[in-house]
Amino acid sequence: MNTKKTLIHPYIPNSVPEIKGKMMQEIGVDDIDELYEDIPDFLRFKGRMNLPDPLLSEYDLKRHVNELLSKNTTCQESISFLGGGCWQHYVPAICDEINQRSEFLTAYAGEPYEDHGRFHALFEYASMMGELLEMDVVNVPTYDWGQAASTAIHMATRITDRTEILVSETISPDRLLIIQNYCNPLLKIKIMKTDYETGKIDLGDLEDSISNETAGVYFENPSYLGCIEDQGSKISSISHDNDALCIVGADPLSLGVLTPPSNYGTDIVCGDIQGLGMHMQYGGGHAGFIATHDEEKIVMEYPSRLFGIIPTVVKGEYGFGDVTYDRTSFSKREKGKEFIGTAAALWGITAGVYLALLGPQGMQDLGKLILQKSQYAMKRLSTIDEIDILFNQTAHFKEFVVDFNKTPKKVSKINELLVKKKIFGGKDLSKEFPNLRESALFCVTEVHKKEDIDKLILGLEEILN
Amino acid sequence: MSPVKNMKVRNFHQAKWDEPIIFELGNKGERGILLPEIEKEIEAVVGDGVSKIPKHMNREQAPFLPEISQMQVLKHYLRLSQETLGADLNVDIGQGTCTMKYSPKINEIFATSPKITELHPSQPISTVQGILEIFYKTDLFLREISGLDQFTLQPASGSQAILTMSSIIKAFHDYNGENTQRDEIITTIFSHPSDAAAPAVQGYKIIDIYPNQEGLPDIEALKEAISDRTAGLLITNPEDTGIYNPHIKEFTDMIHEVGGLCGYDQANANGILGIARAKEAGFDMCFFNLHKTFSSPHGCGGPSAGALGVKKELIKFLPVPLVCYNGSEYYFDYKVSHTIGKVRSYYGVVPAVIKAYSWIMSLGKEGLEEVSRIAVLNNNYLLKKVLEIKGTSAPYAKGHHRIEQVRYSWNKLTEETGITTEDITNRMVDFGFHMWSSHHPFIVPQPFTLEPTESYSKAEIDEYIAGLTKVAEEAYSNPEIVKNAPHRSVVHKLITDSLDDPDKWAITWRSYLKKWKNDRI
Repeated sequence: MNTKKTLIHPYIPNSVPEIKGKMMQEIGVDDIDELYEDIPDFLRFKGRMNLPDPLLSEYDLKRHVNELLSKNTTCQESISFLGGGCWQHYVPAICDEINQRSEFLTAYAGEPYEDHGRFHALFEYASMMGELLEMDVVNVPTYDWGQAASTAIHMATRITDRTEILVSETISPDRLLIIQNYCNPLLKIKIMKTDYETGKIDLGDLEDSISNETAGVYFENPSYLGCIEDQGSKISSISHDNDALCIVGADPLSLGVLTPPSNYGTDIVCGDIQGLGMHMQYGGGHAGFIATHDEEKIVMEYPSRLFGIIPTVVKGEYGFGDVTYDRTSFSKREKGKEFIGTAAALWGITAGVYLALLGPQGMQDLGKLILQKSQYAMKRLSTIDEIDILFNQTAHFKEFVVDFNKTPKKVSKINELLVKKKIFGGKDLSKEFPNLRESALFCVTEVHKKEDIDKLILGLEEILN
Repeated sequence: MSPVKNMKVRNFHQAKWDEPIIFELGNKGERGILLPEIEKEIEAVVGDGVSKIPKHMNREQAPFLPEISQMQVLKHYLRLSQETLGADLNVDIGQGTCTMKYSPKINEIFATSPKITELHPSQPISTVQGILEIFYKTDLFLREISGLDQFTLQPASGSQAILTMSSIIKAFHDYNGENTQRDEIITTIFSHPSDAAAPAVQGYKIIDIYPNQEGLPDIEALKEAISDRTAGLLITNPEDTGIYNPHIKEFTDMIHEVGGLCGYDQANANGILGIARAKEAGFDMCFFNLHKTFSSPHGCGGPSAGALGVKKELIKFLPVPLVCYNGSEYYFDYKVSHTIGKVRSYYGVVPAVIKAYSWIMSLGKEGLEEVSRIAVLNNNYLLKKVLEIKGTSAPYAKGHHRIEQVRYSWNKLTEETGITTEDITNRMVDFGFHMWSSHHPFIVPQPFTLEPTESYSKAEIDEYIAGLTKVAEEAYSNPEIVKNAPHRSVVHKLITDSLDDPDKWAITWRSYLKKWKNDRI
């Protein structure tokens, strides 16, 4: 590869001239270029790729990348109150240990023999999610919540043979963009109103909007703005009365303390598992789940891989395999359900490890801790004259909206001043929810100590006074 | 005697732990991890937190999760990892089309640094300049490799990149006021299933072009397929056969003539880096799987990433935001005039992007070209050797060299012995190998697809060939041993009937207990 001297790149063993020569001799060519004879000359790239000189030594590469990484300031170096789709939770050491194991990290698509462990671990992931959700079917993870919701919606339209979906107004706006693109142009997404007194769904508007064209009603619990939607049973009843499905996007970390959506009549539950043992990774740690009851007509509409437990010829030995593989686009191309490919399996395995570590008590403790810490933050924040907590009468989980409209300062300015105090303030909602004007979405989890919350209060008091 | 003939298969046995299902482990009261205690002062202010929730929203019964101490959780998962044959351990050239190559460990260290893992995607721009620089420069690198004008790193996989191409095709025709008539996407049967399936989600009618006798997509069939209803072409080249379609520019020209767009599935571009590009072949868009050509590991099936590039005219349709640079600061540009919106949350699969960036930086221009040249050399060496094995063939393009992979066939062997690709796949496991058949439909009968990439040494390729040779010989001399394989893997022959039986399939443990053990109903 190097014309000046023979330099063999450590990633390319057969660059060694002697080996290369032997192999070329074996296939009867004098020049590797001969192997490209089928590419017409006019399609051969004649220019020069303008790429930086390579950092051939691992040391130089490490110096270079570390220099870039050092330009980042992390949520360990500052206190962060950012959530809104990606959340800072504690990641147990064993989660990292397992997802960095060479075998899991570098396996791909082996058969259920040599990759038995992959199938086993993902079956267990689905099984533990099934317990958390009280659902009997859970998919091998898809890309993220946005995709999970999009697919849940498509499934509902296929199951009901209808094309319209009602989506709650207080969904993550980014997620809505994903859904809208995925559903365009075949499905119609209609927004159902939020009651801005309570932050919950406006049931009257739901009743007015739902019709015999509605395939499903999708809402999130807790909502994007952190409110616990406690009208789930009514929403699912209204949906079912109209022969539509009820679809809920749920935060799995809330389900140690909140009743699972299946208990209030939900047909399809979806959401993100990033909080279950994945670091935030600047948004790189997402994976989406979809869960349903075990009814054939529903199961047959999943586009995802579904791993099932089966016997082997040896009594008592557990094996695994693909349930109804013929549903998938791997089997049927465009005639399969939506499409399937590589997504986020490693994060599924990791979420399984997380759930196994936390266990029933851990999930309850976690939920309770998040409730206590976020309630404490809300309470302390509400003591600052210049700000209000929106939807204060409604119960929240993890996230809540802080209203800064009484101060002359914009959220962007307040956040800028907070950064100087090594605090990342809440996510600015002024563009996402213009009706809330200068408001911010704050997120408080088990990682926040009292002193962190107190620092935020002090910082805000200094900025606002 | 050639070295291959001297090469022996291993006396291999995979780890077999006979590991229980996790629900069968542990005891009531065991704990895997403890959470922080709530501070007394907080408790004094808010109480138990839970009573704030409306009663009917409280979870009454704790989730029926396992209760296991920490070391036992670790051990369980370590055993499961050992029961998985990762690419780091085997000569993974049997998963053709998927570009199983070395994923450098140093790049894992970067991606798992707290300087990445502890970043929240909504942090102020000033605090994430390092990661944005990596995004921006990866875009620039991929522009050089493809000849296209702008990349988005947002799509989370090849399939999602295909969906994004489909969305852009739609947006383009919307923009031109032509969408009502253009409802057809053309692809080829040897392109990835998602090239057909993803645009179908958006309502496109799919036309599959089949190969001609030379194994190339039939240009006559294409001529028949195109019309004023053509929205676009989504195609791989080389296809799964490893044959480069020399007429590709005619294909893209024909599509352009009727007003369609051309999207290039370069999920696997491993044989042609610096050799041939999307631009010269007339494509408007292309995507690269960062977990294939660009070395990010496959993670048991993700996290993955599909970096999507477009020509200048299509930038206005890309998902938001784009990562830009103004000479002093990296920033997000949301002002993309006709954006399709978003396809994935935030900006993309960050760990895969970092690994791709670092991999390109470690190789440079000459290195990337060497990657392709050696991948192609390895493939043609393998081709020669596989064809020496009794019962094999490589349909199409006889006497031609192939690019990075070949779709072979065991058809002759099956006809002569009754042993199928599936049997051979299961027997290869006994020697520590994985062998994949191919995507459906099996146009090539009894298919298997091999791709040796640049990562494997000649000795490793020879070992794989020795494995195939051994199993093929067994098929003729002792077919039963092949038919009943595997014998030295994690589990024995699976009984698969229940996987398609709604009364028996069990996708979770709770479902298994109900259906198979009459428990927890």
